[in-house]
Amino acid sequence: MMEKTVVVGMSGGVDSSVAAALLQKQGYNVIGVMMNLWSESERDSVNRCCTPDSMRLAKKVAARLDIPFYTLDVREQFYRQIVTYFIEGYQQGITPNPCIQCNRLIRWGALFEFALSLGADYFATGHYARNILDQQGVYHLHRARDINKDQSYVLHILTQADLARTLFPLGELTKAEVRQLASDFQLPVAHRPESQDLCFLGGEDYRSFLVRHLENPPSPGPIIDTRGKTLGQHRGLAFYTIGQRKGLGVSVGQPIYVIDKDVNNNTLIVGSKEETRKKNFIVTRINWIQGAPPAREFELVVKVRYLSPFLDAHLKVLDDGSCLVELSQPYWDITPGQAAVFYQAEECLGGGMIQQVRS
Amino acid sequence: MTTKTNRVYLDYSATTPMAEEAIEAMLPFFRQEFGNPSSIHRFGQYAEAALEEAREVIAKHLNCSVEEIIFTSGGTESDNLALRGVAFARREKSGANHILISAVEHHAISHTAAQLAKNFGFDLEILPVDPYGRVDPDLVRQRLRSNTALVSVIYANNEIGTVNPIPEIGEICRENGIPFHTDAVQATPYLPLDVQDLNVDLLSIGAHKFYGPKGIGVLYVRKGTPILPCQTGGGQEGGLRSGTQNVPYIVGMSQALKFVQKNQAQWNASLPILRDWLIEQVRQKIPNSALTGHPTQRLPNHVSFVFEAVDSQKLLTLLDIEGFACSSGSACKTGSPSPSEVLLALGLSRNLALGSLRVTLGKDTTAEQLESFFDCLIDKIKILRG
Repeated sequence: MMEKTVVVGMSGGVDSSVAAALLQKQGYNVIGVMMNLWSESERDSVNRCCTPDSMRLAKKVAARLDIPFYTLDVREQFYRQIVTYFIEGYQQGITPNPCIQCNRLIRWGALFEFALSLGADYFATGHYARNILDQQGVYHLHRARDINKDQSYVLHILTQADLARTLFPLGELTKAEVRQLASDFQLPVAHRPESQDLCFLGGEDYRSFLVRHLENPPSPGPIIDTRGKTLGQHRGLAFYTIGQRKGLGVSVGQPIYVIDKDVNNNTLIVGSKEETRKKNFIVTRINWIQGAPPAREFELVVKVRYLSPFLDAHLKVLDDGSCLVELSQPYWDITPGQAAVFYQAEECLGGGMIQQVRS
Repeated sequence: MTTKTNRVYLDYSATTPMAEEAIEAMLPFFRQEFGNPSSIHRFGQYAEAALEEAREVIAKHLNCSVEEIIFTSGGTESDNLALRGVAFARREKSGANHILISAVEHHAISHTAAQLAKNFGFDLEILPVDPYGRVDPDLVRQRLRSNTALVSVIYANNEIGTVNPIPEIGEICRENGIPFHTDAVQATPYLPLDVQDLNVDLLSIGAHKFYGPKGIGVLYVRKGTPILPCQTGGGQEGGLRSGTQNVPYIVGMSQALKFVQKNQAQWNASLPILRDWLIEQVRQKIPNSALTGHPTQRLPNHVSFVFEAVDSQKLLTLLDIEGFACSSGSACKTGSPSPSEVLLALGLSRNLALGSLRVTLGKDTTAEQLESFFDCLIDKIKILRG
């Protein structure tokens, strides 16, 4: 076969390093590219995705594999499109997922385009997911074989055009196998703990980050229960997220949870665990990986956050393209701003943003 | 996709490959002649002899005496020693507190001067330059003060290749009794370095820009120039730069300077032809581009452009994938997204300054290489402009 060129998005971590090594072993010309993302000035050293330390590691891996390695500076764009989105989301009372936004606009945006401009045939990442081409020429995004590592949730934004050029070399592997391969390939990857934190927070609590960045400092307001009774005062809605239990500073003799934020009235609404359970919600800004929903109405399973279980549900496509999802069983902590991602069996059909939660 | 064998190096201002004879000359001083030049014994004597022979070669090239040659770890250290050493000595002796540098200095000067201002209370003044990046000697005359500690103006700029009128500026400083330093790191392979003609009191060079090893350089310090050491210790280099001299590298540097002497006339004849061919090609065939720096008063090996609507970091990557190694300005700045201060000092917009490309030629550059480079460049600019 003609030698194909693939750009691998590298991070210095074990997954992207093994992805690069596997593709090289399969006969691809591999080019490593690492993105330089935004950190607050003077705090560069703590950005999890692109610390000088992870950059050094990624370069070591590239040198070990003898592949060219470049950095793509997307700091301005990352700030403009991701950090701002994150800050504004909190200002509007939602709990945004900047990683998904980053995949959509940066990783399969700026980086993907850069890869193609380098003349690459493919773009690859170390995500755990599978990209399967059927006989009709349609690409399907499937969950990873390692269900504990599956990252299809954050990839639901991919389109047919993205998938046509995207490789996920780790989709059929377990994390344990990937670690073994890293050792077999003698890759100098760090054994750093895995983190679910946002890269630009650098381990910091998002609340203190918000304090520094919100244009209008969050202002205190009432905490009320579902019957409208005032129970105390909150420090500013941005500091709370749906389902939060700790740090409410309210004692009513039973555990209480944040169940809603009323931005217009600057009011935090709390209730019992039972009251956080919801069954119906509206999903907007939907990406259907195949370009359209499979039907106007169908049964499916849904994930409502990265680590939520797969929930049985019924989906109805509404006239404006948004969807009404009805869960078979109520589930707690369904949070506006987070992604709802749709599955049928192994396949990720797409997903969108949880807009409005109904009881 | 390129392999290691068909890469074309067009970044001689970043660094150069070592001359074979320089490598050969160094080897004995790692092996049998490893002595410390300060030692009394025969091992020390051989090392000292080699050290002093190298010093003579360099002093002769600079037309100065051997005591005026201070070995350092390279251009950056030489610049640091010149600025810090003279600024502190001048302030101690005569209360002079004003430092005057140009807007197109290498960071080794500009950042050092900025630190002297920020942390040590010096009064830093930046001389503006014309749109080609040249310092006007008359402006130096106007800006000199009775309390000026020193003036530093780069001989030939690393990012834009423009050559400054050093003898004229030096003359003005001398008339006023102000020490004058020039960073001659980029100038060394191509321009005369006679410190008497240049009217300089201090001059920095770094070996790896002229086919010598990295990590070694020289600061010329005219006898009588007030200067304090920045690195104290055993008192080597006339007490101005303590630390056991790096004998093999110093030997390699002097051999590289001989290599320059042997080839300079030929380079100065052949490289401008290649340089001007590339400048002309870009001018004719790539719209919305501009040469940066002076069209003629520039280093013979130096070509630099800005391209509208092109991200230079991306351009460099695309070119490298095809095997062409260039730079966006100075190698030290790679990875930083902020536009070059030197390009901004020329009056270029931030957007244009972010689309810079530097192509620097050297002893092995051929016309064929430049032709294929130019074809590739046109292609990549088109891709990046969409």
